[in-house]
Amino acid sequence: MEALQIIERVKSRFGDRVLEISEKKPDPFAVIDPGAIVEVGRFMNQDPELAMDCLSNQSGVDYKDRIEVVYHLFSYQHRHGAVLKVKLPRDNPSVATLEGVWKSANWMEREIFDLLGVNFEGHSDMRRILMPEDWIGHPLRKDFVEPAEYHGISTVRESPIVRLDTKKK
Amino acid sequence: MSTLRTEEMTLNMGPQHPSTHGVLRFVVRADGEVMREAIPDVGYLHRSIEKIAEKVGYRGFMPYTDRVDYVCAMFTNQGWGMACEKLAGIEVPRRGEYCRVIAAEFNRIASHLLSVGAMAMDIGAMTPFAHVIREREMINDLIEELCGARLTFNYMRIGGVAWDLPPGWREKALAYLDHFDPILEEYNALISWNKIYIERLANVGVITAADAINYNLVGPNLRACGIKWDIRKDIPYSVYPEFEFEVPVGNGQWGKLGDSMDRYVVRIREMAQSSKILRQALEKIPPGAVLAKVVRNFKPPAGECQIRVESGRGDMGWYLVSDGTGYPWRVHVRTGSFAAMGIIQKLSAGLMIADLVTLIASLDVIAPEIDR
Repeated sequence: MEALQIIERVKSRFGDRVLEISEKKPDPFAVIDPGAIVEVGRFMNQDPELAMDCLSNQSGVDYKDRIEVVYHLFSYQHRHGAVLKVKLPRDNPSVATLEGVWKSANWMEREIFDLLGVNFEGHSDMRRILMPEDWIGHPLRKDFVEPAEYHGISTVRESPIVRLDTKKK
Repeated sequence: MSTLRTEEMTLNMGPQHPSTHGVLRFVVRADGEVMREAIPDVGYLHRSIEKIAEKVGYRGFMPYTDRVDYVCAMFTNQGWGMACEKLAGIEVPRRGEYCRVIAAEFNRIASHLLSVGAMAMDIGAMTPFAHVIREREMINDLIEELCGARLTFNYMRIGGVAWDLPPGWREKALAYLDHFDPILEEYNALISWNKIYIERLANVGVITAADAINYNLVGPNLRACGIKWDIRKDIPYSVYPEFEFEVPVGNGQWGKLGDSMDRYVVRIREMAQSSKILRQALEKIPPGAVLAKVVRNFKPPAGECQIRVESGRGDMGWYLVSDGTGYPWRVHVRTGSFAAMGIIQKLSAGLMIADLVTLIASLDVIAPEIDR
């Protein structure tokens, strides 16, 4: 099935819980009500005509006024894929985990939590994955400011050329 | 006699362990030699490459993509190039596509060589590693002539490749392939069909096809579970449809389907297939330009796309969001090693500690690709 047909099928099942459909090329996508994402995911996984057996990619995007979590679903059985999105408020974004449907969501959700600060409700192991445990802030947020030091280690390096310059004086 | 009381131990493995292929750490909970669980701890090599992309612009990001996976950097180059081209609707000249395929397939052989050699070394056979490194050096020499670098290539550009094949390079490449095919047989005779080696790999870390898909394993790890899936064949890109090659899959010949030996043998067989593709590509390469005309200040239209490339470690997904300016709004790389690390915790239960090393090596995880 084409991506748009898949989205239409989801739309016919879930009606207005599919909030928005973008047909823009190259990749069309559907925006889903955050409260319905697990239901939609489970339906797409189990429906024999869609059979989305693989959550191939999950990533988060900070749009300054909102945060979006993007799901790239794929079916090895039918060899088709579709893109889903949920839009979340920027302060305290939270959405239910899809770990129960696809196991690969576990690590990808941890990464999104770590880098963008999205909380996945019901996740079995919601810890930071790439950044240190005691890191403050979420680096992929657009307003993230890198701290000047981490445990006394400077994160900014003075240019050696500047240092030579000051020596001369 | 009463049974001996056993106690659970918590062991630390890494981050500077010689067999973890980079900087990885495992917290191992073990009862004697048998693991209850190995909990991976990653992030030691996190450089926030995705954030860097937002700061340096489309063209400037190309050298950084090399650092996503330095063992097969051609594919990360190609992935980034293809994502930008898809968004902006640029068509790469045919000779450019051929150059990409040639460079990438050589890189795949180099990457798989390192993987199979390290596999042998990790379980104690040092000699095969020296053999594969010798062969890999020759490929590095060829690629160095092509783009001036041996590891972080920065060979591809948005719209094609940076340089055409140098004069006489084609003959050298063909001569290398003539040398390489018998070497692969020699290598198999040296280690692959060795009884002790097979015993160490067979039935270790068995992954079922359903689990592989559920955990999003890709590339050789997925094919070893018996699933015939190769992006080059199934979602064709570049000029791959023009070549004849097979997709090797695991068959459980030495133990259960999807064990470490299957993963190892799939890589060995893929090298032979890459050699086959290379011969055809070097034979058929058309004349013409290698780089499309792309404006200097490259700004793709606002929008988003995802592309998938069959890298040495399997299906690599690039998700790119553009807002129409000269800097990408968001770049996300979904790599094979990241998913492969996610399954280790599940597979480790009941495994011997020594087999954890086998498992990591057979999944061919590369630390910088996990952490990015």
